[in-house]
Amino acid sequence: MWTWIHRLASPKTFYGYSARAARWLWVVALLLALPGLYMALFWSPPDYQQGESVRIMYIHVPAAWLSMFAYVMMAGAATTGMVWRIKVSTAVANACAPVGAWFTVLALATGSLWGKPMWGAWWVWDARLTSELILLFLYLGYIALANAIEDRDTAARATAILALVGLVNIPIIHYSVEWWNTLHQGPTVTKLDKPSIHLSMLSPLLLMALSFTAYFGAVVLRRARCEVLERERRSGWVRELVEGQDG
Amino acid sequence: MGNSGLAGMLTATLRRDLLLAYRHRTQLANPLVFFTIVVTLFPLALNPEPQLLGTIAPGVVWVAALLAAMLSLEEMFRSDFDDGTLEQVALSPYPLSLVVLAKVAAHWLVSGLPLLLLAPLLGVLLRLDTVALGTLVATLLLGTPVLSLIGAIGVALTVGLRRGGVLLSLLVLPLYIPVLIFAAGAVSNAQAGLEVTGQLALLGSILALSVALAPLAAAAALRISLS
Repeated sequence: MWTWIHRLASPKTFYGYSARAARWLWVVALLLALPGLYMALFWSPPDYQQGESVRIMYIHVPAAWLSMFAYVMMAGAATTGMVWRIKVSTAVANACAPVGAWFTVLALATGSLWGKPMWGAWWVWDARLTSELILLFLYLGYIALANAIEDRDTAARATAILALVGLVNIPIIHYSVEWWNTLHQGPTVTKLDKPSIHLSMLSPLLLMALSFTAYFGAVVLRRARCEVLERERRSGWVRELVEGQDG
Repeated sequence: MGNSGLAGMLTATLRRDLLLAYRHRTQLANPLVFFTIVVTLFPLALNPEPQLLGTIAPGVVWVAALLAAMLSLEEMFRSDFDDGTLEQVALSPYPLSLVVLAKVAAHWLVSGLPLLLLAPLLGVLLRLDTVALGTLVATLLLGTPVLSLIGAIGVALTVGLRRGGVLLSLLVLPLYIPVLIFAAGAVSNAQAGLEVTGQLALLGSILALSVALAPLAAAAALRISLS
């Protein structure tokens, strides 16, 4: 099994199989997004309270979901990369950071677009919104640190520590913010009240969530492939690859 | 370093850092002056109405404390990194994380403790009542060591970089948020005559967690910066 993992993690094989995996993930993302978007925009009913603006949720919720998933995956990949010195893991971690940050931005932006008609304000200091904003700061810190360190290997290990520290802190930050909010705002917070979400809304939401996840996987693999190529540019197989394309 | 062994090494580190800080007394005062000035800016910017001051005081004092802590953080490892002392320490047979803990303790004694002494005075300026002043000191006592501990990780990660200052605040400030929330919340509660033991207990547990974990992370980060 170790040899199998070892081979899976070698940059050359990764470059090979990630191309196929990314291609399939693109297809899956597209295939799920088409019916998902159709159902979200036309087929699912408008909410009895929120009207048509409930449809923002079909983008907002998957984006928020992935923004958190991406952080956990980034921390996991960075740690694997640091502990076992797997370059491919590090590349995946670095690829997760900007994508996760953009999902966070997307969640915040769609949330405020939804908040304006619903809450009457672009921004409310609600616990969830605030934790999402702090998550964005954590991503930006990670990216800034990764860019500030010249040497790739040093940068990889330093950012892995930062991601781990962030991972330990995320629950603490989350609960402190939640607690702070209940302290100051009390029951005025309007939340998406959905005691049991109806199938007509759940199914497009799930489709969109799966599609977003596949899209995330595809983009991360693509970015990781670029980084692997750049990192391995002096190795034999990359030269062969380039020369093969030239000839 | 007279006596050998781990304890000797740690006390020597502590004594050395404190002595170094004492020899640069004027630099010591800078974060304190900064702390005072930032707190002074708020009544000037908002308005000096006592009721408003009382409402914002816990937050203002704590935000100023965070910023003042940020200012002094870099000195924790900077000069030792530049002159190679840190490399020698890392090569020594003693666990680096404990040495880091000793350095953090020295840093806190030099930068956190004075804030603790100065804060009641600023609290009076901002019209905090006696109970709230006591709580403010208690939160600072529990919270400022956390600032030094978490800050140590950030400094350890950025000490090898030429312009680490802004990056350091970007890395560290989001991690300070829980401390800020609980501490400022406790002082506000005390002012409203509510119970504060919950927040203090949470601050204490954050402190315990950071004492246990932050030196390990900071030591690992230092090894990376040194390599």
